[in-house]
Amino acid sequence: MAWSPLLSELARGTVTTVTVSLAGIAVGLVLGLALALVRARGVPVVSPAVAVYVSVVRATPMVTLALLIFFGLPSFGLSLSPLVAAIMIISINTSVFQAEIWRASLLDFPRGQLDAARAGGMTRAVAFRRIVFPQAWRASLPGLVNEMTLVVKGSPAVAVIGVVDLTRVAVRWTTVTYEPVRPFLTAAAIYVVVVMCLIRLQRSVEQRIVERYGSL
Amino acid sequence: MIANFAVVLGEWKPLTTGFLNTVWICALSGAVSLVLSVFVSMLLVSRRSALRRAAQGAVDVLRALPFLMLLFIVYYCLPALHLRFSSWTCGLASLVVYNTAYFAEILRGAWAHLPREQEEAGRAYGYAGVGLYRRIILPQILIASGPVLGNQLITLVKNSAFLMVITIPDLTFMANQVQAIYFVPFETMLVAVMLYWTICSTIEWIVRGMERVAVVRGHE
Repeated sequence: MAWSPLLSELARGTVTTVTVSLAGIAVGLVLGLALALVRARGVPVVSPAVAVYVSVVRATPMVTLALLIFFGLPSFGLSLSPLVAAIMIISINTSVFQAEIWRASLLDFPRGQLDAARAGGMTRAVAFRRIVFPQAWRASLPGLVNEMTLVVKGSPAVAVIGVVDLTRVAVRWTTVTYEPVRPFLTAAAIYVVVVMCLIRLQRSVEQRIVERYGSL
Repeated sequence: MIANFAVVLGEWKPLTTGFLNTVWICALSGAVSLVLSVFVSMLLVSRRSALRRAAQGAVDVLRALPFLMLLFIVYYCLPALHLRFSSWTCGLASLVVYNTAYFAEILRGAWAHLPREQEEAGRAYGYAGVGLYRRIILPQILIASGPVLGNQLITLVKNSAFLMVITIPDLTFMANQVQAIYFVPFETMLVAVMLYWTICSTIEWIVRGMERVAVVRGHE
């Protein structure tokens, strides 16, 4: 009934879960913004294709996506290590949700400001960088932090393809020692703490934005 | 690639079984958790503060927990307490419990946004307790929160794929079996993804209908 080996294993699992989630979120952030911009641009064929892609991936369970990527890509000659596959799975999943968050804040963006920027001689790219983005990120931020909690809650799906994350550490401990209660309850408690910290972060982000800019 | 899709479509029988299992698992656990969440939401606004706090604590913890974790706790830890259930019971119970927490929180939120006057007018007409809730409050918060409940139902469908881990023959489980037999993983999983898309799009379509009803009834 020694606690220290279990705790050190769980700590390593936590590090994997957090690393994989953060890496996935970072990649997903760039991908998501790109998807949202392509969709907002209204390019024929491409924008509707992006819309369908977003809709399909949004409806795909994480586990199913994990199996698709991890077992499916090698048949195209792309063999991935579980860890790389995990980051890819999480970024594909979260990018479509982040795209929707960006899309909402871009749609809400006052049209007049954009017209004024264009009339003032800015190109689309410059107007986006100087006018749209500095304001739109504020509206997106709370949604993006909220998406982080969803990523952490979805991340156990990567345990299915053999990544030793927090969930898989608990499973392994149980299969080796036949002792399920301690590892699972401790792992659950760690997840709850991580997610609650993120929820707290979201609230303080919202508060700061309101304090500094008057509204979201 | 086309030939591989032909192989997958040749295995339509197990895939259909999995698809139908996913549909009824989600429909049943969605319906049961909706009923349960009505009662839990009453606890969340209970005037007895110990009861209310205990219920809110349980709901908050469940909402911070990954679904797979709850599933494993139910599946592996209950037998250690000499409570043995089949994987079907464990899977359905976990889905119901997990989803009830989310549904209850949604209902509580809708209730908090309901104008106080509604309740006061109800009380003035002699409604109280369960009668007040059933006749005055519940119908309104159900209409107001319909779209959010629908989105949560889509999350439920996606969580149900985790049930494959405890060998419940849902869509993902069956697709995984087909791909393992014929070694056509990409095509099989893509078909599974399209089937999930069908389910979620159907729910979304229903949600949009409910949104229209909500707007007509004066809810934003």
